[in-house]
Amino acid sequence: MAAAPNASARPGDGGSASAEPLLVVDDIYKQFETPEGPVIAVDHISLKVMPGEFLSVIGPSGCGKSTLFNIMGGLLDDYQGRVSVAGETVKGPHASIGMIFQEESTFPWRTVIDNVAFPLEIAGMPKAERHDRALHFIDLVGLNGFERRYPAELSGGMRQRVSMARTLASEPKILLMDEPFAALDEQTRLLLGDKVVQIQQQLQQTTLLITHNLTEAVQLSDRILVMTYRPGKTKRIVEIKLPRPRSSEIVGSDAFGHYVAQIWNDLREEASRGLKDDESRRAERRR
Amino acid sequence: MASRAFFMRQVVPILFGIACLLAVVVAIELLIRLGAINRFIVPYPSEIAGSFKRIIVEEDVPARFLLTTGEALAASLMLTVVGISLGALLHRMHLLRLATETWIAAVASAPLVLMYPLFLVIFGRSALTIIMMGFVSALPPVILKTLEGLSTTRVVLINVGRSFKLTPSQLYWKILFPSALPTIFVGVRLGMIFALINIVGVEFLINFGGLGQLVNELAERYDLPGTYAAICFVILVSVVFFIVTERIERWLRPGT
Ligand SMILES: Nc1ncnc2c1ncn2[C@@H]1O[C@H](COP(=O)(O)OP(=O)(O)OP(=O)(O)O)[C@@H](O)[C@H]1O
Ligand SMILES: [Mg+2]
Repeated sequence: MAAAPNASARPGDGGSASAEPLLVVDDIYKQFETPEGPVIAVDHISLKVMPGEFLSVIGPSGCGKSTLFNIMGGLLDDYQGRVSVAGETVKGPHASIGMIFQEESTFPWRTVIDNVAFPLEIAGMPKAERHDRALHFIDLVGLNGFERRYPAELSGGMRQRVSMARTLASEPKILLMDEPFAALDEQTRLLLGDKVVQIQQQLQQTTLLITHNLTEAVQLSDRILVMTYRPGKTKRIVEIKLPRPRSSEIVGSDAFGHYVAQIWNDLREEASRGLKDDESRRAERRR
Repeated sequence: MASRAFFMRQVVPILFGIACLLAVVVAIELLIRLGAINRFIVPYPSEIAGSFKRIIVEEDVPARFLLTTGEALAASLMLTVVGISLGALLHRMHLLRLATETWIAAVASAPLVLMYPLFLVIFGRSALTIIMMGFVSALPPVILKTLEGLSTTRVVLINVGRSFKLTPSQLYWKILFPSALPTIFVGVRLGMIFALINIVGVEFLINFGGLGQLVNELAERYDLPGTYAAICFVILVSVVFFIVTERIERWLRPGT
């Protein structure tokens, strides 16, 4: 194992020192049994997230980011370690955690508005009221005019925004977003990123975001967790000490560039390790 | 513009379908007249068309049509309720599924209609025998397709439901079931076709009831145009069922 995780940058160092962390991830270890033997997806990751904090997770493809989020969201069991929300151990899905998934996850048999109103329907809100609220969130992700459409009539990026609005409509205290912007063009991505930060600041939502986009991560986050290639460990946690609100101008600044370069450095090492690993495995299979 | 789009989408396919049908009919007529098809086996389509009125008036076709449709409807309703329930049960109980899935698939391809004497003994020479025969022989595809639909629900959709803390029954009715509906409907439609074939077949075999019996009688009288005209009514039953299920599916599962 090259490049040991930076031991000095302990998670939880960031954020205000006095407050209690809202979300605690304590020494999570998860391995999957596969026909080719066990795969370690998350290797002893610990993390403390403060209320209202925006934390991004970056790491090479297949390093275990989605797995980590699924564990935090209570969707996986059979792992070692502990996840707690406000001191309460998470066993199964938690009411204050909302998730936006990496894969397409709209319900094809529901219109946009009924997709977005889904969590409100489950909560037993009357139809008129929940449609009213849903419209607000549809507006927020810029899909007005498409309320009565079915997902099959929308583009991939629009569908991703529908699932985003659906999760936002449930107003979770903690928002776990797994590459929600991946299918969007750069402009929409920036605009929507701004919206997400706006909402997050307004609602004081604690947000965790998986992304492959360094600029996005630095612009949005208070801290960035950089993960190693398999097995997924903490490589480094970078605190972004740029003033808020961060307009798009700041993207051109020296300080911003410095952060991006630093994270890119860590990431390049891991990504190339991943590529080599894949290549050698392919070669092995050929033999 | 809108009416033009409507015309292209709705009217043109129907017109094209009718045109194709007419073309085939005309081609058969020609082939018979040219002697390529033996006219003592296949009567002229024009003769068949001419005999519609005769069999409707003389052979009581409306009542027979209703009887066969009613039998098919009863079998289809039982099929839908029992087949979907059994499919759902197998989905729930993994062990039961492992134990029975292969058997059900085997039964699906068995010629169950040959068991009609057994059904005659149990249910008597009545419409009930015919309905039960249609029902039983059409059950396997409904069960298997329901099972397939439920178990191929995308994991991420289930995860969405779980993350919103749905109860197991909400998860079932709000996510698994609607997601499985298109596949279930494939099964139900297949089942209806199986059921209709068996219903008409048993009517024919036990000489009881609706259109199947009529086909039998006319064939025995060597009234070939009449026989073919009666078969057209059987086809009409299946067309009606097809259209109705399509409507129901679009109503239950919009967005596809
Ligand atoms: N259900 C599963 N069964 C077996 N292995 C799995 C399963 N889910 C994930 N894995 C493995 O765990 C590892 C991490 O997967 P994960 O989806 O968490 O990666 P990721 O970091 O989200 O990647 P990406 O950026 O491509 O989305 C991968 O090697 C994957 O093959
Ligand atoms: Mg992932």
